[in-house]
This record gives sequence, structure tokens and C-alpha cells, in this order.
Amino acid sequence: MRTVVNDFSIHVATVNGSGSQTANNVLLRAIFQMGIPVSGKNLFPSNIAGLPTWFTIRASKDGWVARRGGHEVLVVMNPETAASDVAEMGPGTVIVVNDAIKLGPVPDDRVVYPVPMAKLMEPITTDVKLRRLVVNMIYVGVLAELLGIEAAEVEKALNAQLGRKPKALALNQSAVLAGMAYARQHLAKRDPYKVERMNATAGKILIDGNTAAALGAMFAGVTVVTWYPITPSSSLVEALIGFLEKHRRDPSTGKASFAVIQAEDEIAAIGMVLGAGWAGARSMTSTSGPGISLMAEFAGYGYYTELPGVIFDIQRVGPSTGLPTRTAQGDLSFVYGLSHGDTQFPVLLPGSVGECYEFAQGAFDLAERLQMPVFVLSDLDLGMNNWMSDPFTYPEKPWDRGKVLDDAALAKIAKFERYRDVDGDGIPYRTLPGSKDWKGTYFTRGSGHDEAARYTEDPNAYVRNMDRLKRKLETARTLVPVPEVFSTNGAEIGLIAYGSSHWAVIEARAELAASGVRTSYMRVRGMPLPAAVAEFVKQHDRVYVIEQNRDGQLAERIRLESPDRATRIRSVLHYDGMPLDARSVVRGVLAHEGVAQGIVK
Amino acid sequence: MTTTPTGQPTNRLGLTKAEYDGSKTTLCPGCGHNAITGGIIQAAWEAGLEPHRVAKLSGIGCSSKTPAYFLGHSHGFNAVHGRMPSIATGVHAANRDLLLIGVSGDGDTASIGLGQFCHLVRRNVPVVYIIENNGVYGLTKGQFSATADVGSTQKGGKANLLMPIDLCAVAIELGCGFVARSFSGDQKQLRPLLKAAFAHPGTAVIDVISPCVTFADHEGSTKSYAAVKEHDAPLHDIEYVPYFEDITVDYEPGTTREVTMPDGSHVYLKKLAEDYDPTDPTHAIQVIRDARDEMKLLTGLLYVNTGTHRFDQEMQMIEEPLAGLPLERVRPPKSVLDSIMASYREGSAPVGAGGG
Repeated sequence: MRTVVNDFSIHVATVNGSGSQTANNVLLRAIFQMGIPVSGKNLFPSNIAGLPTWFTIRASKDGWVARRGGHEVLVVMNPETAASDVAEMGPGTVIVVNDAIKLGPVPDDRVVYPVPMAKLMEPITTDVKLRRLVVNMIYVGVLAELLGIEAAEVEKALNAQLGRKPKALALNQSAVLAGMAYARQHLAKRDPYKVERMNATAGKILIDGNTAAALGAMFAGVTVVTWYPITPSSSLVEALIGFLEKHRRDPSTGKASFAVIQAEDEIAAIGMVLGAGWAGARSMTSTSGPGISLMAEFAGYGYYTELPGVIFDIQRVGPSTGLPTRTAQGDLSFVYGLSHGDTQFPVLLPGSVGECYEFAQGAFDLAERLQMPVFVLSDLDLGMNNWMSDPFTYPEKPWDRGKVLDDAALAKIAKFERYRDVDGDGIPYRTLPGSKDWKGTYFTRGSGHDEAARYTEDPNAYVRNMDRLKRKLETARTLVPVPEVFSTNGAEIGLIAYGSSHWAVIEARAELAASGVRTSYMRVRGMPLPAAVAEFVKQHDRVYVIEQNRDGQLAERIRLESPDRATRIRSVLHYDGMPLDARSVVRGVLAHEGVAQGIVK
Repeated sequence: MTTTPTGQPTNRLGLTKAEYDGSKTTLCPGCGHNAITGGIIQAAWEAGLEPHRVAKLSGIGCSSKTPAYFLGHSHGFNAVHGRMPSIATGVHAANRDLLLIGVSGDGDTASIGLGQFCHLVRRNVPVVYIIENNGVYGLTKGQFSATADVGSTQKGGKANLLMPIDLCAVAIELGCGFVARSFSGDQKQLRPLLKAAFAHPGTAVIDVISPCVTFADHEGSTKSYAAVKEHDAPLHDIEYVPYFEDITVDYEPGTTREVTMPDGSHVYLKKLAEDYDPTDPTHAIQVIRDARDEMKLLTGLLYVNTGTHRFDQEMQMIEEPLAGLPLERVRPPKSVLDSIMASYREGSAPVGAGGG
């Protein structure tokens, strides 16, 4: 029998709220601790308990961490979805099933391992409720035995998660051992899948993007945090609260160097951010699509009155309520031009958990430098799933608070005008309330204003101001993170993607290269689009913009900014709510290429 | 009281009253809001507020324009419609040293901003929250607001059938520690209320009835339009702004005063008696209701409780304004990041996001 080492997906089908999270994390971490690249994707319903949920662990010797799109090992714990879960499994795959669940006929070329989980739980505890929770550890033990996950690593992972609760630890440990023993004694290995120790994860961390962004915000020195709970953004602020409580209280007085306010809605959340930004604090909020919609008016206010603030948008599937627990990149166009009138915002597009951390910090600097609300567009896949990463590095630079005139600076100038472009970069100077020097006093208003912040409806003053704001956005274009480029000499095809799509795209490029299709790749990391994007388009015959929305929102933007080459820009789109996988990218690119080369099927 | 070399009286900071002025009002002559502006200037001067420590905040509407007309040496913030409370909350979180004076209207507070108003009061964010209440949307030319009385009519004669929202009763119900009602023309009552509100450590709500000289009149009314008719202008010509003298009243505690409004209608103000106990919220709600049953608006300090929970204490914020903290106080040292990274390497960190 052939063997497949460190290159497969384990798909665990359970019921939401059944306590499988710990079991799945133990599996994920045990494989990770064996030095094998892994990723974990939680596919969960918009529900607290009772609906089907799935967790996929991908082990990849090549380091691919995108969704695989197809699984090799299935664990059946949910009778409701058992039939459809099994139907998705191809020839040669493995099915581990709680034997209380009747599967019906399964083709002979699928390897089925039934496990009497209820019976194995009997000696472990008499508590029925505990049995239901701990039973998940049985499949951890069975898989460890079948796949060769080292028992010591499973124990270590379990200990790391439950070490603070010795009773729970002991209980879970016995369930793992029972699963292992059963598999060893009763299940003859009939499948090719196994793990073998590697050295590809040494020193790395496993973390979700929301936690990473929260860390970035704390080390950026955020002081005012406002939020309204919404999936998939809540965990960002919840993680941040945890960090701030632990690391940002005065050890002697217990007083906080931060304020976290749970607002009555997202309108209030952004209002508080702008109020705090106006008064000189580093302020932020985090939300998702529906919250962004509510924030539109205030965003325009922040744009026009020139207030700093950082807004995280952890994108989920829209329109409307959409699929609240599924991932998408559908907010790009909306956020970029959020609010009525001519508005545009700097938008940062982190593609990794490391960038969630870095861009969270950069966003505060950028917001205060530009005096604008700055958006960080993450998504559910990046934000809520666990990703491998190098450890984050401590910020080397001090912060950039932008052009703020304090009393000492005001004393040196004859006249202060809030909206005068003194430096030619479109960015004016501001003062903060509380400044003693009356010279610095001004009135902030969302209505028309002139250089001295006076109310005006004068057509010329309006145009001057709007043109300066445009100039400021041109400055922003030079300050957002530059795209990351992966060049292949002589490639006619250019791929462009952003955010969490990156991981599927790099895997797809390898697959395309293996079948002779050479590509260069640019990962866009911020808007307004830096000049390098148009340059990249110019250098390639065919440009495929890969994104997770229906309308090709980034492609549309690139066409607008490369009008002479608009026809060479095409979209490869994925928008079913599942994280992007490499196969979808390969298929999309090849479909276009087939047409491009005149192949008609 | 001391004076300047030119003989102008100055307050405890050595500032003249003129130094508390703002720019010239652009509201209609005779507008009750202008009288309130005058009251704020006088009260701020008398109280000796440091202009640089005051932040003036407002939403949208006629009332919300007024912060430009007082305390010209204070920073001002004219927010979006109905959302001044969230701005105030953010400003306070960033800089607790600032005294926040918020001006709003009945449309801004009782309709589009009712939610934010309630939550501001509920949090007890220290803001002097002045509602310039005329029962009408002035800036959009005369639509009903949610504080309009049942049976009042708008231009064109349409009667309001909906119950008014009594913002004082709402505030008391939500635990507000300072709730007052006054009348724009009663400076003798308004000024001490404002000064008391400046000193209140939480949200202080002052609902000031303020007549709209322009849009509170209506066609077909049996009420007097003498002033308008003298100018021989069509009643529903909304471009026409009739001139009225400021309405002023001065009446004793415990008495009732009838006030003729610009449209000829009458408002009956009943001033709380001197022996009224403003510390009982249930009683306060009761007297508001009783007055309404008598078709009267009760004025005075309706409810006060300075011992309510305080927003800044609840937030457990350090004493200094958060906005001014230096980097080393808000960026934890490298050792903190290192230990957090170790926990995510070893898997001892809290399990990340997700359901399951």
C-alpha cells in the first residue's frame, strides 16, 4: 500500500456547542508540535448550540495552509449530517465514525473505522453531561493512533490547554488513551495516511488574525476602544480587552491606561472613536459589514472634518445579514468610498496574521498622520481561524502622532488655520481641545468650511478644500504598504490578489507552474492603490485579479486606474462563503487561459 | 468684582464677559435659542469657566448651530444629526479634564438621537446636555418633532396626534442625576441651573423650552397673527421670517405664568415651589405627569442626585487624560510581547476565536 505522509486534511463533523473545539485544537497543536505545517479552519453555523459544525485540519509538508477543498480523513460525530458528509468523501479516503451513528451503505473503496465511543466513555465518567463533552477526545486518540501522531505531543497539547484544570485534564487524558488503546487493539490500519516528524514549525506560533490585530492595537498604544458585538469581529475586541486588562493597568493603583466602551450600536461606536480622536486619543473600533453600513455617515464626517480613527472590518458574507459566519471580501468597494459625497479612505489589506499585527499598528500611525479614518480589512477566515506564523516582532519605531500643534508650537506661530495646506501634502495641522493658547481654537463642523475652519458655502472655498483632500489621498497612496511582488521571468500572466486569498494563490501558482503555466504575482496590501499596481498591469499580457466577492471589486478599481489596459484585466472569483482554495484559483485561471488561447471545449 | 483698565467687569479669571462671546448668531431674530446662548455666556462667565477647558458639542439643527455663538475661545464640535452623545463619550474618554457643554434640539435628541441620548444618560458621561426644545424642526422648515404636544398644528394646519416624549421624564427614568426644565426667556431661572449643571459630575440634562418664531405658526389658527399680518406677508411663505421681540418671563417659585408664544398660542409654565424636594425620582416623575395633565410645563430643577455612579470611576481610568499619555505608558515592554508569543508557541494561550 502506498503511503501519503504529511499531506492530507482531517475533517471533523460535529454539533455546535458540543465541546469539540478543545479536541480539535489538541489535534492541530499536536501535529504542529511534530514540526509539520498545519492550518485549522472552523466552519461554524450562526448558532450557539445544536447546529452542525465542521473543523478542518490540514497537514502539509509543503507548507500550504489554505483550505484544501476536499478531505482525506472524515470524523463522523453528527448523525444529522453523516450522510452528506460521507457522500463528499472520495475513493481511498478514511471515515472514522462513532458507531452509534448508522452510516448506511458506504462504497468499499472508502476505509471505515467504526469506534464504540459510548462504550469507551463508560468507565471514564458516570456524568452524562461530561461524557458528551469528553467523547470528542476519543476520536483524538483514535486518529493519533491511526495517523501516527505522537502520544507525547497529544499529551503536551492537552496539558497546555487544560493544565490549569487538573480534573478536566485527567478526564480528557483518559479518553484520549481509551481511543488510542481501542484503535491499537481493534482497528487494523487499511489506509495510506500518516504523519511523520518534520522540522518546519520550530519557533512558530499558531494564532488567529483577530488576536493578532488586538496585539497590534495594544502595542500601538491604543487608549480608547469602542465596539458593538458582531460576528466575526467580536473576538478581536474580546482578545484586546484580555490583553489590556493584563498589561495596561498600573500595577500599583490598578488604574487603566485605556477605556473600552461597548456602544449601543455601531453608529455610536464610530462616533466615540471620532470624538476620542478629535481629543487626541488613539482610538479604534472593530466591526463587520452590517456595522460598516451603519458607520457610513460618521465615516464621511471623519473624512471631511479630518479626524483620525482606526476601524477594523472583519468581513463576512453579505449583502444584508448574509452568511454571518462565513468568509468573504465583499466590502472593498464600499469601504473605500464609504459615505455620501466624494469620499475615499485609506484601506489596509493584511494577508497574514503577522500583517494583522503589523497593520493594526501602522493603521494608527497612518490615521494620525493623515488625520483620517483608516480601515483595516480583514475577513472571517483570517480573523477567526488559526494560522502558523513567525512570532511577531516588537515595534522598533516610536509612534507617529502626526501634525499636532501643542501650546509650545502655537506660541511660535503668528496664526493657526486648521485646514490650511502649509506643507503641500494636503495634510493640515491640528490642535487639540485643552490647548491653552486661544490661537489654536477652532470649530469642527461637517458643513462647508474654509481654511480657517469657518462656515462657508463659497463655491471656491469648497472646491479648494475638496481638491486639497484629494491631494491628501495622493499622499496616502505613497504611505500605504506597498504591494508584495513575486516575479517569474518572462511570465505573460500576472495574478493580483489581497488579504486571505494569498495562501490559496501561492499554492495555485505552484500547481500552475507544475503544469507549465508561468505566472507573476502581486499581492496588494493597501489602497489607494500604489503606482506599482498600474506598473504590474502594464508588464503583463493577461492579468487575473483573484478575490472573494461576486463583482470583482478590486479588478474594477484597477481597471479604473489603468483605463488603457482595462481589457487585459479579468476576474477569478470565489464567493460561496468558504475560504478560497487553490483548486478554485487554478480552475479559474485555466478557464480564462483556455478562452485566451482559443480552445473551445 | 474686578474690572479691566477700561472699566469692564471681569470674572475670577480676569476675563470679561465679551471674552465668552462667540460669533454672531445666524438664527432668526427673536429665536429662543439666542436667549439660551446669552444665558450660557453669562453663566460661563459668572462661573469663571476656563474657555480652553471647555469643549462645545452639538448635533444638527438650529439648536446645534448655537455653539458657534458662545465661548469663541473653546474648541467646538458640530457633529452629525443626533449623534453628539457618542462624540461626547469619546471626548470624555480621551480627556477627562474637559468640561463638555452639549447643545441639542428636540429633533436631534428626541427623534434621531433618542438612542444615543438614553445611553449617554445611562452611562452618566459628564456632559451639560442642553436641549433647546421648540417642538418643531426649524432648519428643515417646520415639521413636527417628537416633543410636539398632542393637538398642536404645523403650517398647513395638520395636527399632531402623537404623544410627546418628555425628555426630562426619560432622563429621570434612566437614572440621570441632574434633570431640569426651564424656559429660554427666564434667564433668572436658567443661569443658576446652568451653573449648577457645570458643577455636576455626571450627565446634566436641561430641557429648555424655546419658542420658534418662524415655524410654530400655522394657517387657519384662531390664534393671533397680528405681528405677521402687520407685515402683510403670506403665512405659509416659508422664506419669510417675521421679527419678534425676545420673550422674557420672570416669575416666582410655586407660581404659574402664561406665556404667549410667537404663533399666538400659550404655554403655561409652572415653577417648582421652593420647598419642592428634588431628590425623589418617583415624586419628580409624578409632578411632571401631574403638570402635563394640567397642560402645564413644570420648570425648575426636577431631580438631582450627585451620588450616582460615575462614568470615569466605572471605567477605572487613570487620573491623567488618556490622550496625553506618553508612548512608554501605553506600549508595554518587549518582555510582554515575548511572553505572549511564547504562549502562542506552546499553546497555553486561550483558544482562539470560533464556535464549536
